Amino acid sequence: MRYAETGFNLEIDLSSGNIEKVETDPKLTELHLGGLGTNAKIMWDRVPPEVEPFSPENLLIFSSGLLGGTPAPAANRTIVTTISPQTRLMAYSMMGGFFAPELKFAGYDKIIIRGKSPSLVYLWIKDDKVEIRDASHLQGKGSLETSEIIKQELNEPKAQVASIGLAGENRVFFSSIEHGRSSASRGGLGAVMGDKNLKAIAVRGTKDINIARPEEFIKLCNEVLQYIQWRADNPIKHVPPILAGLGSPQEMAIHDEQWHTTAFSWGNARYRRKDFWTEEVEKEWTKVQDGAVERLISCYNCPMKCGAVISYPTQELSKYMMKCYSKLTYVMGAMADDLEFGFRIAGLAQGYGIDGFSGPQVMAFAIELYENGILTDEDLPGFPSDNEGRFFYLLEKIVRREGIGDVLANGVYWAARQIGKGAEEYDHNTIKKHEQIPIKLGMLNPIFFLLLSTGEKINITQIEGQLPQAPFPNPEDRKEFVKDWIQVPSDTIKEFFLKWEPRGEYAFPFYPDFQTACELVEWQETMHYIDDAVGLCAGLSSFPIKPPYHINNLPQIISAATGLDIDRDELWHKIIKRNRNLIRANNVRRGLRRKDDKPPQDHWKKRFPEYEAKLLDEYYKFKGWNAEGIPTKETLEGLGIGYVGEDLEKRGIYNNEQSEENN
Amino acid sequence: MSKVKKTIKVIKINADLCNGCRACEVICSAFHASPKYSINNPARARIRVVFDPVKNVYVPVYAGGYMAAECMGRDKYVIDGKEYEECAFCRSACPSRDAFKEPDSALPLKCDMCEDDPPQEEPLCVQWCLADALTYEEREEEVEETEELDDLETGLKALADKHGFQNIVDSVARMLQKEEV
Ligand code: SF4
Ligand code: SF4
Ligand code: SF4
Repeated sequence: MRYAETGFNLEIDLSSGNIEKVETDPKLTELHLGGLGTNAKIMWDRVPPEVEPFSPENLLIFSSGLLGGTPAPAANRTIVTTISPQTRLMAYSMMGGFFAPELKFAGYDKIIIRGKSPSLVYLWIKDDKVEIRDASHLQGKGSLETSEIIKQELNEPKAQVASIGLAGENRVFFSSIEHGRSSASRGGLGAVMGDKNLKAIAVRGTKDINIARPEEFIKLCNEVLQYIQWRADNPIKHVPPILAGLGSPQEMAIHDEQWHTTAFSWGNARYRRKDFWTEEVEKEWTKVQDGAVERLISCYNCPMKCGAVISYPTQELSKYMMKCYSKLTYVMGAMADDLEFGFRIAGLAQGYGIDGFSGPQVMAFAIELYENGILTDEDLPGFPSDNEGRFFYLLEKIVRREGIGDVLANGVYWAARQIGKGAEEYDHNTIKKHEQIPIKLGMLNPIFFLLLSTGEKINITQIEGQLPQAPFPNPEDRKEFVKDWIQVPSDTIKEFFLKWEPRGEYAFPFYPDFQTACELVEWQETMHYIDDAVGLCAGLSSFPIKPPYHINNLPQIISAATGLDIDRDELWHKIIKRNRNLIRANNVRRGLRRKDDKPPQDHWKKRFPEYEAKLLDEYYKFKGWNAEGIPTKETLEGLGIGYVGEDLEKRGIYNNEQSEENN
Repeated sequence: MSKVKKTIKVIKINADLCNGCRACEVICSAFHASPKYSINNPARARIRVVFDPVKNVYVPVYAGGYMAAECMGRDKYVIDGKEYEECAFCRSACPSRDAFKEPDSALPLKCDMCEDDPPQEEPLCVQWCLADALTYEEREEEVEETEELDDLETGLKALADKHGFQNIVDSVARMLQKEEV
């Protein structure tokens, strides 16, 4: 019997219409766990670097994690993997909600989609019955509306649907895959789904997921829940309210937006408005938010209710669902002071299916180009004079790829190069061709420098976590903080925190030493890679300060569920390291090199090029990578994936380390 | 019939507080697995959360009795401006829907208040509902003594309604014969 996993993948060839249920090799679970780990393995084996993002050969994988569908709270992530049209690297975005558990209950760990359908279709999976169905009537429909229509026509109110909107159909490079209150939105996965002519996947399952050591497992789950309850009454002190609790940032419940609105940048990631948050704004925004939020809602088997039912109409529906920070991304991108605008446009944009991070930044970029004469009235006929109007205008153009929208739909990096005339100068907030969170700070932070530079999720919130973002000025507060810090892997991290000062010898950028910086970065990154393999939400694990899931209880939780005996060392230094290197290798094979490992150019005002280079050198060494950021043959050999090194060698990658520009 | 004292167990459902997480379904199905917690499958749960976010409809419903036939009408309720199907509140395992039936056998499911062994202090769905949409109360009441069908009888009754009593007797006889061979 297979525990925690189903042991089957669903292979769908949209070109031929062939559908197969394929048993997986249990050995791969031992080596990679599941989720992102096994996705990376499949991508390595089946998608060589010659395969273009919009090629029938590109795979689109919807995967559950190894713990998905078990009673482990918040084990609900769907990990979607493909080659991104924007970064041209392996893209992996996760969505919460209910999709992955339902897929498991239907009897599958993953859906692996290849080929390209001749016409628009959707997939319907009900336990053993799998059908490819016509979706011509869904063309152009909003993502949420699509899901409603499908559930109705199948008469399956309990089906879970993941769908794309118009943006995905039109292959917008930052289009998302939407699923109710959640979305897999980074990296342009929706465009690949659109390219495959796949409008949606609906799934309903009624089968069992087995647990290897039930008593032990449920006890651990109960401990997680008890800790969550305890933390509800014991928030972290000395950090902004938005970082004090568990879950994804509680954007739907919290009204105090001082931190986001004054610490993050507005417009095209340009302006900090340190005095934006006034009593008046707070009063007005509270009113708007309370009027918009009808109910706080959770993902599958999680008490955190990070999302909300929002009473603003979107296309044909009267309400939509929102989570996290998208209520602010459009507001801040448009320099609009009006939260209501945020709720109005976010619903529409979600229906079209675009990424709430990248979308507003592309629009803000376009407005800057217009204001600086690089885009003109010829490019933007009838362009409104107010920024809110402009955002709506640009949204419509982009999702239809109409006029200049066709260029902007490729994202800031590519659009800047297509437009030329100095537009490249305005592309200042991307990493690896992907738009980043709009934060501009003063002093270089060595830890974030490494996270931003080397993170292959290319999204800082998906790789950092657990560490307060700034030192506590009062040493007594630090002492109190580390007292119950059971989530850390070693005392080094506590010692780092105890000494960490806002200024002086123990302050950034030269504190901590290289070794500690590397350990801090690897710890944060590793926690995310565990989540992505087992399908846990980062909101209860790798992201918040002092989470209920951590490096010291996860090995036991995974072991109890699966029956594999995995200790901390095996989990971290073997499995996760193997997965990490396999992803790196997938991307190295696609041209990723040291030159791509850098933060947005103006992320900090105070930069230290030589020191940064040394940091990167040290981190690469720490990781077992060479000076170009390529995993060495020895590293790969030591992780039991020597075949990866052999392939890199055969391709001449070790001899000719500098790659051509990978485009 | 004589009167007896009985502990009435009440689960108060505050649908306004429900966040649709379905943790109640998870823990109910896991608790009733054998061995305990060895399986998760919400399709086996004795509580279902009917939810439709686009209408902001969230209703946790407990499995009550088994019904041989579906009811005639399909009324609709409007509460606070929101429209609910009557079925959204109904506790029955009835032929019109797949709720509250074992997925393999289609045998009806019924909430037993987690009185399984070992008896739980509080029903598990209540324990796992951190949103407090489900809360538990006990009170004593005098009631008339009645005979309640146990699980096996309920199941058999459902099968009898579906296949006819004689067919069941015949099948059981056949199965017994096979066992003996
Ligand atoms: S913490 Fe929030 S985002 Fe994460 S699973 Fe729970 S409800 Fe969903
Ligand atoms: S556990 Fe509570 S909040 Fe979650 S679905 Fe059940 S009743 Fe609703
Ligand atoms: S009380 Fe127990 S049996 Fe009834 S629904 Fe809740 S968990 Fe299930």
